[in-house]
Amino acid sequence: MSWKLFTLLVQAAGATALFSAFAVVAGIALGLFVCGVALSRFRAAAGVARLYVSFFRGVPLLVQLLLVYHLLPVLGLNVSSATAALVALTLCTAAYQAENLRGAFLSVPNGLVEAADVVGMTPWQRFRRIEAPIALRLAIPALLNEAVAILHASALISVVGVIELTKTARDLAASTLEPLPLYAMAGALYLVMNMVLVYGGRLAERRFSVRTA
Amino acid sequence: MIIPAAQVDGLDKEFGTTRVLDRINLTIPAGQVTCLIGPSGSGKSTLLRCIAMLEEPSAGIISVGGRPLGFSLENGKRVKLPTAHNREVRGQIGMVFQQFNLWPHMTALGNVAEALKTVRRMPKAQANEIAGQKLDEVGLAHRRDYYPAQLSGGQQQRVAIARALALEPKLMLFDEPTSSLDPELTGEVLNVMRKLAEQGMSMIVVSHEIGFVASVASKVVFLDHGRVVLDGTPQEVFAKPRHPRLAQFLDTYLDREAVMLA
Ligand SMILES: Nc1ncnc2c1ncn2[C@@H]1O[C@H](COP(=O)(O)OP(=O)(O)OP(=O)(O)O)[C@@H](O)[C@H]1O
Ligand SMILES: [Mg+2]
Repeated sequence: MSWKLFTLLVQAAGATALFSAFAVVAGIALGLFVCGVALSRFRAAAGVARLYVSFFRGVPLLVQLLLVYHLLPVLGLNVSSATAALVALTLCTAAYQAENLRGAFLSVPNGLVEAADVVGMTPWQRFRRIEAPIALRLAIPALLNEAVAILHASALISVVGVIELTKTARDLAASTLEPLPLYAMAGALYLVMNMVLVYGGRLAERRFSVRTA
Repeated sequence: MIIPAAQVDGLDKEFGTTRVLDRINLTIPAGQVTCLIGPSGSGKSTLLRCIAMLEEPSAGIISVGGRPLGFSLENGKRVKLPTAHNREVRGQIGMVFQQFNLWPHMTALGNVAEALKTVRRMPKAQANEIAGQKLDEVGLAHRRDYYPAQLSGGQQQRVAIARALALEPKLMLFDEPTSSLDPELTGEVLNVMRKLAEQGMSMIVVSHEIGFVASVASKVVFLDHGRVVLDGTPQEVFAKPRHPRLAQFLDTYLDREAVMLA
């Protein structure tokens, strides 16, 4: 494979990495918000949050991308295909992360929450100092799994015209007629990005692990 | 008249349709140890949890240090008290659980200092200093930087006691503080509690450690099926001939330790 093709692939991998990184970070933040609302006492808002989660987990990402891409202009928002891709990726992954976080919050042992009540914490203090730190630590493996999943799924954003690694590899394979080395290189680049994610997750896990027996 | 540490008047607690506490009347004297005993399911934990406001009573009034908690009686009507009032009155109560319930993401020192920082808004250095003193009082100054999972059960429970003491409570509630400990670790926790009793702390202790109860309590309350069956000094309550339900309880639950009362 020529140096030229290699640099094209690496550039495309950079795009994949950027889109995925944004979606992972924004998705966890939005997921935390959605999970907070879903667990809150505000019935109507909690219902909307649950609806959001079931929609974005129930509809294929490919359809979501096309929907967002065609819906935003209808709503009067003239955005680039890159923005549409970012929005769809984030909305989708946030739904999964909200569910991961909700599970983690529900598995914070009740006794630890009561211990916070007994020392006089307000619900917000309790959330901030006790429930959220413990739940986030419990959620790290699940959050990481979803981060890896969205990295892989980001290949789909090419349907709205965004350049990324998989599509680039396909186009180059078609024009150069040497598909195998190109796909092998694309696979290797995905693997590297995966390893970076997993390594980051391990660091976070080690740093924040709830120390149990 | 000396204000009792706590007063319970006509307390009922129902879960759905089952009545777990049935018209409980109790006075918890200040500066003394009151022990609650009774068979499993008799409502001991529920009573403590009502006093700690972890459960909402179905009826009745609880007051702590002479001030109503949760509800008060106004013109014969039971009214809910404002959250700010309840938080203040509850600030006088410390509670220790059977399962320790230390926060796993904080060190021993962090656990003890936490409420001083977040609830009492104390500067970090001052909170840590007080927390250090409290850990020292329970004999764990050398374990301050350990996480709960790195401590034995007895040590965890002593940290939990220090955590409660850091807030300078007027009344300490203990719900079976040694029940989840290996037998060889109960002594260190009971010793801390004994020391606390000698210092004049008002305490309500749910315990099956009858030896401890008989030697430290100035008052013993025997609960059965959500009712106070016996209420008096240990001598009165354990005197022979025993109340048949108490005799049965001692036989069934405590055959090992009850020997010393025989
Ligand atoms: N949250 C709850 N919902 C429904 N029933 C409950 C609840 N908590 C306790 N109970 C019931 O109330 C009764 C009293 O329970 P409680 O835990 O107060 O007993 P206890 O005297 O502390 O028993 P043990 O010695 O086993 O700790 C039991 O029948 C229990 O099943
Ligand atoms: Mg109990």
